[in-house]
Amino acid sequence: MTDVNLIINEQIEKYGRERQALMPILQKIVADKNYITEDELALVAEALDLSAADVYGTATFYTFLDVVPRGKYVIRVCKTISCHMSGKDEIIKTLEKTLGIKLGETTPDRKFTLLQANCMGWCHKGPVMLINDEVYPELTPEKAIAIVQEYIAK
Amino acid sequence: MAKYNVNLKINNIPITVEEGTTVLEAARKLNFRIPTLCQHPDLCVAGNCRVCVVEQKGAKTLVASCAMPVSEGMEIFTNSEKVRTARKHIIELLLSEHNTECTSCYKNGKCELQSLANEYLVNEKDFIKLVYDKKYTIDDFSPSIIKDDSKCIRCQRCVRTCTSMQYVSALAVAYKGEHQKISTFFEKPMNSVVCTNCGQCVNRCPTGALVEKNYIDQVWDAINDPEVHVVCQTAPAVRVGLGEDLGLTPGNRVTGKMVAALKRLGFDSVLDTDFTADLTILEEGTELLTRLKKALVEKDETIALPMMTSCSPGWIKFIEHKFSNLLPNLSTCKSPQQMFGALAKTFYAQKKGWRADKVVSVSIMPCTAKKYEANRPEMRDSGFKDVDYVLTTRELAMMIRQAGINFDELPEEKYDSIMGTSSGAAVIFGATGGVMEAALRTAYEIVTGREVPFKNLDIIPVRGFDGIKETTIKLENCKPEWGFLEGAELKCAIAHGLANANKLMSAVANGTVSYHFIEIMACPGGCLGGGGQPIPTNEEIRRKRMEAIYEEDANMPIRKSHENPEILQLYEEFLGKPNSHKAHELLHTHYTKRKRY
Repeated sequence: MTDVNLIINEQIEKYGRERQALMPILQKIVADKNYITEDELALVAEALDLSAADVYGTATFYTFLDVVPRGKYVIRVCKTISCHMSGKDEIIKTLEKTLGIKLGETTPDRKFTLLQANCMGWCHKGPVMLINDEVYPELTPEKAIAIVQEYIAK
Repeated sequence: MAKYNVNLKINNIPITVEEGTTVLEAARKLNFRIPTLCQHPDLCVAGNCRVCVVEQKGAKTLVASCAMPVSEGMEIFTNSEKVRTARKHIIELLLSEHNTECTSCYKNGKCELQSLANEYLVNEKDFIKLVYDKKYTIDDFSPSIIKDDSKCIRCQRCVRTCTSMQYVSALAVAYKGEHQKISTFFEKPMNSVVCTNCGQCVNRCPTGALVEKNYIDQVWDAINDPEVHVVCQTAPAVRVGLGEDLGLTPGNRVTGKMVAALKRLGFDSVLDTDFTADLTILEEGTELLTRLKKALVEKDETIALPMMTSCSPGWIKFIEHKFSNLLPNLSTCKSPQQMFGALAKTFYAQKKGWRADKVVSVSIMPCTAKKYEANRPEMRDSGFKDVDYVLTTRELAMMIRQAGINFDELPEEKYDSIMGTSSGAAVIFGATGGVMEAALRTAYEIVTGREVPFKNLDIIPVRGFDGIKETTIKLENCKPEWGFLEGAELKCAIAHGLANANKLMSAVANGTVSYHFIEIMACPGGCLGGGGQPIPTNEEIRRKRMEAIYEEDANMPIRKSHENPEILQLYEEFLGKPNSHKAHELLHTHYTKRKRY
């Protein structure tokens, strides 16, 4: 049994086999494995007896349910207006330079993915980024480099 | 519970309707047409496209009339200045994301969005055209259906069709906001997912986003090639649908005119799929009786019962994906189209003294799945591609228009022979329950030597549009060779539309029902409601086509497949007897287990 079958079965035990179990399953897979593969999505659909296209539709609706390969650390820089005005573009440029990738890309070692995200509710302390579930507010280019360096060292 | 009456006014005219009626329906009763795009009488309410907005007195915003139920004292305006302006803007916004290369679009002149644009005299300059900045996918990998996202207005008629009506769910809504799109699983091509090619989505798409892959030019090329003989066959349901696409009202039987038109288009032989429908009955009927004998007399436990019909290629693909453990239950008979194809390049070519490689076989079908079926690798038993091109009813209508033929003025002509004669039992293949009725007319007579015990041979219990129909026929006073069936009750079931097929198959798989013979048609109403039939198709139109089919049957001189003289001649001269070795080689097939998505 692969990992994902374990996750599916665990979540089904908790939430049942009805459609409402879909989100907890997808969220758990992303939490454990950073993204969901095609085969895994097909397994989820089969386990809940849902259409695979429907499950794909649900996964793609939510920005945080990734269906393309993502790095171990997913960096999401807020792109909404407050963060935009307080300099998120510069933060993104700095991160692109530090990581050697463009926005939307993943490092070849699959350690980092750099993305933008919609408002995280930290408008008063922009610009802000998220690394997995951790929030980093009041960024400056220097601060952003230092934070990423910590993750590189991990 | 009794329904209350609700009083309201539409454009100052009072009307009383039952509670639960929508504003759109109430307006129609008063002959006010409100434009719609996402609404379709076969589908649930969606409220996606917004073109049906109307003004409600006292309400802050305009309301979508398709989704708004009437309420007491409501005052509605369907054509106020506010409504007209809003509708125009809504259409313009839809067009800003729509590829408006209308002149080269297959749906040109038949597009619901285009006709609304015309009706509302839209201005395409008020909103920025977004089409050029977006990346769109055009999926033309399937031999049946082309999906062009640049023409999609995301009304989701296709998704609702695929999900609720057909229970296939090959299409779903993916992403959101400006990125929203109608997608298959992981945006795979339609021909590599669970899509059954039934074409019900094509029949409902208001624009050119989902269309059949047309083979009109290839067929013209064949007709114009002096080296080849072009043989065409016409499916039962085409003759009760074609007229609609050529200016006639639904329910017109146009068999003779259609034959005349095909001859004028230049087909060398105009023959009938109904002939092989009769052949199917003999092959499938014999197969059923053989299976029953093996199961009941020889106690062979490997025999799969209930036996299920295999005429509908959408159904075949559905069961291959979703109930692959029931594949042994499918009759091994090819569909009438493919039986015809296999015979066209063998028996018929020999009769005519033609080389098989110089025969081009074209079929006219109410169906888009037939295009896929003709392309299946196993459909080459003649040594060539048995059916070269499949045209839908709509494509044939297009060719007739292209040829400048005034269809309504045509005389009625007869099919060529051989392979042009058929029985009433064959024509009812076009309606749900028809294959069952035709099979029972023959099987009962084979077993008992008497006609089925129904007035005028009309087996009423298997007719009509109930989702799942059942009937039981008691076999009494059997002929000696069928003595083992004496007193047996032949239990039959019929489903049409894949959602109903799914219900019935689930029951069969769970063992909660037991039948001997099951007929399934992928499309609602059977082939008469096929994905390749004229647009629009809805319950009312399907009913008219059905009445026409049974009329056609009642008017046929021969009503039973086994009495078709050309079928008897075919067996005598070529096949031997039903289910013979040669029949198996040419007329039977096998199926493939496929992935669930």
